[in-house]
Amino acid sequence: MALLEVRDLSVVFGRKRQKPFTAVDGVSFSVAAGQTVGLVGESGCGKSVTSLAIMGLLPKRGVRVSGSVTFDGTELLTLSDKQLRDRRGRDLGMVFQDPLTSLNPVIPIGLQVTEVLRRHRGLDHKKAQAEATELLNKVGIPDPNRRLSEYPHQLSGGMRQRALIAIALACQPRLLIADEPTTALDVTIQAQILNLLKELVAGTDTALIMITHDLGVVAGLCDEVNVLYAGRVVERAARHELFADPRHPYTHGLLGSIPRLDSARSAKLAPITGSVADNIPWADGCAFAPRCPNALQGCVEQPPELETQDTRLLRCYNPVLPATTAAKEG
Amino acid sequence: MTVSSETTMETDQPASDDTLLRLEDLKVHFPIKRGIVLDRTVGYVYAVDGVDLRIARGETYGLVGESGCGKTTLGRGLLRLVEPTGGRAVFDGTDLSTLHGEQLRRIRRRMQMIFQDPLSSLDPRQSVESILVEGMRAHGLDNDRTATSARLRELLSAVGLPVTALRKYPHEFSGGQRQRIGIARSLAVEPDLIVADEPVSALDVSVQAQVINLLEELQTEFGLTYLVIAHDLAVVRHISDRIGVMYLGSIVEETDADTLYQEPLHPYTKALLSAIPVPDPVVEDQREQILLAGDLPSPSAPPSGCRFHTRCPWRQETRCDSERPELREIAPGHRVACHWAEDIAAGKIERHAVDVELVKETEAGPGAGLGGAASVTEMLST
Amino acid sequence: MTPKLLQRRRERIDELADAGDAGVSLAKDALRRMRANPVAITGAIIVALFVVLAILAPFLAPKDPRTQYAELKNQLTPESIPGPMPGFLLGSDQYGYDLFSRLLVGAQQTLIVGVLATLIGVAVGCTLGGLAGAFGGWVDTALMRFTDILLSFPSILLAISVAALFAETNQWTVIIAVSMVAIPVFARLLRGAMLAQRHSDHVLAATALGVRRRTVVFRHILPNALTPVIVQATLTLATSIIDAAALSFLGLGDPDPSRAEWGLMLAESQQFIEVKPELAFLPAAAIIIVALGFTLLGESLREALDPKKRR
Repeated sequence: MALLEVRDLSVVFGRKRQKPFTAVDGVSFSVAAGQTVGLVGESGCGKSVTSLAIMGLLPKRGVRVSGSVTFDGTELLTLSDKQLRDRRGRDLGMVFQDPLTSLNPVIPIGLQVTEVLRRHRGLDHKKAQAEATELLNKVGIPDPNRRLSEYPHQLSGGMRQRALIAIALACQPRLLIADEPTTALDVTIQAQILNLLKELVAGTDTALIMITHDLGVVAGLCDEVNVLYAGRVVERAARHELFADPRHPYTHGLLGSIPRLDSARSAKLAPITGSVADNIPWADGCAFAPRCPNALQGCVEQPPELETQDTRLLRCYNPVLPATTAAKEG
Repeated sequence: MTVSSETTMETDQPASDDTLLRLEDLKVHFPIKRGIVLDRTVGYVYAVDGVDLRIARGETYGLVGESGCGKTTLGRGLLRLVEPTGGRAVFDGTDLSTLHGEQLRRIRRRMQMIFQDPLSSLDPRQSVESILVEGMRAHGLDNDRTATSARLRELLSAVGLPVTALRKYPHEFSGGQRQRIGIARSLAVEPDLIVADEPVSALDVSVQAQVINLLEELQTEFGLTYLVIAHDLAVVRHISDRIGVMYLGSIVEETDADTLYQEPLHPYTKALLSAIPVPDPVVEDQREQILLAGDLPSPSAPPSGCRFHTRCPWRQETRCDSERPELREIAPGHRVACHWAEDIAAGKIERHAVDVELVKETEAGPGAGLGGAASVTEMLST
Repeated sequence: MTPKLLQRRRERIDELADAGDAGVSLAKDALRRMRANPVAITGAIIVALFVVLAILAPFLAPKDPRTQYAELKNQLTPESIPGPMPGFLLGSDQYGYDLFSRLLVGAQQTLIVGVLATLIGVAVGCTLGGLAGAFGGWVDTALMRFTDILLSFPSILLAISVAALFAETNQWTVIIAVSMVAIPVFARLLRGAMLAQRHSDHVLAATALGVRRRTVVFRHILPNALTPVIVQATLTLATSIIDAAALSFLGLGDPDPSRAEWGLMLAESQQFIEVKPELAFLPAAAIIIVALGFTLLGESLREALDPKKRR
């Protein structure tokens, strides 16, 4: 059975007298123990809101969350604040994009780690201290004993992100959610952090949800990839399948618009036209239709459903032909 | 640094008459000041510390490096938007460091800039029309109303915006459209050189490609020369003819875009290339990664000798920590600042592990591996 | 491309064109958002009412506020002050003036003092701040140390000290004393905003474009740096009104009893508070409501002009 089961999750923002805005629109996916699942999409596609909804970190006022999120058989959306806090420390860990704002600036790193250990694992001061040193060591922070007494601003961006990962891992969570964990970092530091995450989940039962806009990050890390557009999953496939053969025009377009290090330089990029401002509401049809090169008449009459096609899920009436077929026809 | 040998090498080249921009040992050091009433200089941030490069007319030169390497400061220093501390920038035969006041202002028409953040680089109080006209007016290109209005239409259509955009304000556009406005603004004064500082990094992936393609089209259409500054090597490689890799204030390797990918010679370039994620699981699973240990050292206290030696997996016992390598031409058009480049290329030197403890951690030095736009200049100006 | 899609796209373009052929400038956008904000509307209504009342006060006042009416004076005893009676809406004050008319005219007095003090504060403060921001260097250091000294005094203490410097107090000493409090605030504010603007990308862009230095300052740096000044000026109107009232209350205001001024009215009615509490209560309420109006307006203006809150 899946460790985390997200069913039909919707998040609608909108205070009184404001036009409601649907950030997440019926997203379903599941994560098994030990699995790494990617949520990929551009800004505004609802990937971060999905993770916040799973963690129960969305504000209560002005936000409507519906659907179901079960973790190991327990429904998370109906848990009380206290129960949820308990879960968050113990079973669910989260790493955010900006390590500086996610760490408390006036409390030493060490205390921030031991706090979690003492609260959720009931360790005494001495044991927590030893465990914290061990954790910092594990995430590759050199000289962990000295670092424990330092404040977040004294660490570099990469080290801060490591510290944040150490806190998230403190209670050996069964699910780790990483929301753009490397976006604020330089590429060489990003490589360090990605490698660290890979090592930490490999061979353990810890599941990882990787949220990113960078398809490159996903390519090296995730077992399964969900591509989100305007709050809905438009394509889901295993990693190799998705990259070898993107079927949804959006996925296809995204891959086509990224300059690749290993591709011929003369090849012109094939960007997606327009911007998300061109989207139509899902109620009227496929949100991507106005930007889609494959759009049909039907695309703006009835929104497509997420359906199984071969071994993947696809939300499209006129998907890009599989690479093999296209080659034959060509 | 042996500047003279570098300079003679350049002037000896027969093709040097098509050089549009030449930097000779350009340095930008920012003083670090302390004190309440009287400021005392307690040290320097060596943001740009001796850069030589040459950009030919019509080519695209890519400058790549991580945050804190000084690439943004280099771009601003050569345009004299920040004052260089030493060295020269020669633009089309004119030494920019000798220009003052009105002369400098006049020559700015020919060298333009595109910024990273398309919103903050546009004055929120000006309509698109006045943003575009401003540069033309400053250089006396706005004499005839009908000609100006025709020119504005031409500019907008060149960057792919509707004419209705003219009377709107920057906040009414999407990120990609704003960047198009920024590009149109720089084109308005008919420049020869455009310095594009992270032109696409603030944009969504799907929009990035639109802007990259636009930059390429405009280059063909108007015969522009680009200096593209970015952290994303994949983007830089895609649009550049030649690439310089910067590390901590100086160029460590320079060659044409294809050679850089196929035969990187400097250890840092190798590490940088291997760190960039490729959106292809097959490649990702197979390739060997060179993970660098630790963070970028602080540019206010750069390591002695080769600046990369503290993190270099090919570091040798001799020379690396005592002697600063100069940029040597190893193959035609391929310059590398590494004492051991030939031996590394020939496989005579093995890669070894770097002890992280050895890496001198920066004590909250400016720009030390800070994410985002925290460049040295921004750190200092706040 | 299907016909329906094409039509959709065309509609969207039309929509875009309609939405603002003229474009929505920053000011227009701020105004639009203020209109949608109940706090701003409340503030604006209070301020508008106050301003209209103040300007029209001489015509609206049913009685002459400078005349001690015999029919009121006759009824004054140490134990009672006449309440409302025909012709005198709120009755008499402790001297036999018409309370209602004096309250109305007091609005005018308060408006004049508040506006003039703020204007002087903005003008002098912005000149100092502008010089410091434009020149930098030792000009900046000298001017800013001067403002630091002024800022180190508690504001009311500063106003009292300034007012006490004058041999005899009148309306103008109050205005000058109150404006002295505002000057360092505006000087620092404009200087800080100008420095921030000077390092902003769009100013750098203008410089890179080859725009003349003077044009950069007057077209880009100053207009953008004035935004926080406008907000602060609205808020300063509130504090100036309170400061002026406080000075009058402390006896450093205009001593002429025939002139109606809320602070003075409040001060002089203290001893009669048990006889007729409205004498103190009404001017106090007027001061609070007007100050609140300006504060609400200022705060909502700050919010509306904040670029981070836009979309």
